[in-house]
Amino acid sequence: MALLEISHLKKSFDKNEVLKDVSFSVNKGEVVVILGPSGCGKSTLLRCINGLETVQDGKIILDGEVISNRTKDMHLIRQKVGMVFQSYDLFPHMNVLDNILLGPMKAQHRDKQEVVREAEEWLARVGLPDKKLSYPRQLSGGQKQRVAIVRALCMNPEVMLFDEVTAALDPEMVREVLDVMMNLANDGMTMLIVTHQMDFARAIADRIIFMDEGSIVEETEPGQFFSNPKSERGKKFLENFTFRVYRK
Amino acid sequence: MDFEFIKQVIPLYIEAAGLTLRIALVGILFSFAVGLFCALIRYYKVPLLSPITGFYIELSRNTPLLIQLFFLYFALPNLGIKLSSFQCCIIGLTFLGGSYMEETFRSALETVSKVQIESGQCIGLSGLQVMRYVVLPQAVSVSIPGFCANVMFLIKETSVFSIVAVADLMYVAKDLIGLYYKTDEALWLLAISYFILLLPVSAISGYAERRLRYAQFGSN
Ligand SMILES: Nc1ncnc2c1ncn2[C@@H]1O[C@H](COP(=O)(O)OP(=O)(O)OP(=O)(O)O)[C@@H](O)[C@H]1O
Ligand SMILES: [Mg+2]
Repeated sequence: MALLEISHLKKSFDKNEVLKDVSFSVNKGEVVVILGPSGCGKSTLLRCINGLETVQDGKIILDGEVISNRTKDMHLIRQKVGMVFQSYDLFPHMNVLDNILLGPMKAQHRDKQEVVREAEEWLARVGLPDKKLSYPRQLSGGQKQRVAIVRALCMNPEVMLFDEVTAALDPEMVREVLDVMMNLANDGMTMLIVTHQMDFARAIADRIIFMDEGSIVEETEPGQFFSNPKSERGKKFLENFTFRVYRK
Repeated sequence: MDFEFIKQVIPLYIEAAGLTLRIALVGILFSFAVGLFCALIRYYKVPLLSPITGFYIELSRNTPLLIQLFFLYFALPNLGIKLSSFQCCIIGLTFLGGSYMEETFRSALETVSKVQIESGQCIGLSGLQVMRYVVLPQAVSVSIPGFCANVMFLIKETSVFSIVAVADLMYVAKDLIGLYYKTDEALWLLAISYFILLLPVSAISGYAERRLRYAQFGSN
């Protein structure tokens, strides 16, 4: 059975239908990349999975448990779903270590020593072994995003959601963040990634989901999608990322 | 200037300053509590309570403290509620200060961005935990300058208390003028007393504001 299952999901903001009957599933250890033009509903989809948005219809099932539109215990569900998004979202009044410890200690009531050890291990692995006492304002964008990833990982989530985590970064910092994600994928983390980095998508994905206007247009393995997408809209979309048509 | 006279009446001023300060401190403490409570109600838009709070704030901001005190001291007894002058002052100051504190705290709470709140939710914090660990600490430091300004404002407002027969600074000054016609001396002492009361508060507020600017977290 799939770890994460989305079935017939519908979401609108007032009259604006943003997700129109979206269904797909993600198996344990799988890396799925969601591509699609701006405004097609990618962020909204991830936010629904994390319970930041309520849905109008359909179900989201994680590990056999329906997690959509839970009201009372949504914060318990969120502990199983790690999320990192585009804007630097560290807590500015806490140093790196406290940022990381907050969730595991206050939400999960875990042993401090154990979490600190885990946090230090992760920080070392993402190349920030000496930053645990720094404040977010003292870090570069790429460093902040790596800390944000560690913060989500230390909750030991079952699935990680990434929404354009490199979109606001200077080009030379993009790589360090993508490398961290690549290592995670190799470790077998289940991941659902929204990105505009096509080379990265191709390298990391087990499967590509291409969306347009709130629906899934095609679901393909990356080799196929990037060389020869099944849909016309997929082809059009990929042309945005090359300059072939402009060749003199 | 009659310095002999001044020397004689200084103890009266010190005593009155003590009383003024006592009322101000208690009033400010209550204002703080009322303000924070109302700010949370309005921040969370609690049904029913939020509009009631809004009405209180309008009422409090749009009537002078003098009138509020008159009402408490002279009108309420007709309804069978008898309050001492001291109680009137505390209630009046709290009624006034609560709304000012509310505005300060609520706008500080609202400076904490939605992304911050969602980040807190994403790591599994409950709504209350997000408030306690993410929103409040950031809002508190933002609200310090406004809070200090309110404290100074409220201390200054205590100068109307004499109308309900509290022997505060203003009362002593008026009394001395009435008894001895020493207008200059009495008024100088009055101004200096308030100055001495307010100076530490404004120093603290200046310091806090500078600290805040250096500690500016977030951006960059
Ligand atoms: N809170 C909201 N209220 C109203 N409409 C919203 C809200 N959030 C998103 N939308 C609308 O939903 C649609 C999908 O937005 P979404 O952010 O999911 O797109 P996206 O695929 O992530 O785009 P991008 O690649 O630019 O990030 C857009 O038309 C947007 O205007
Ligand atoms: Mg988006």
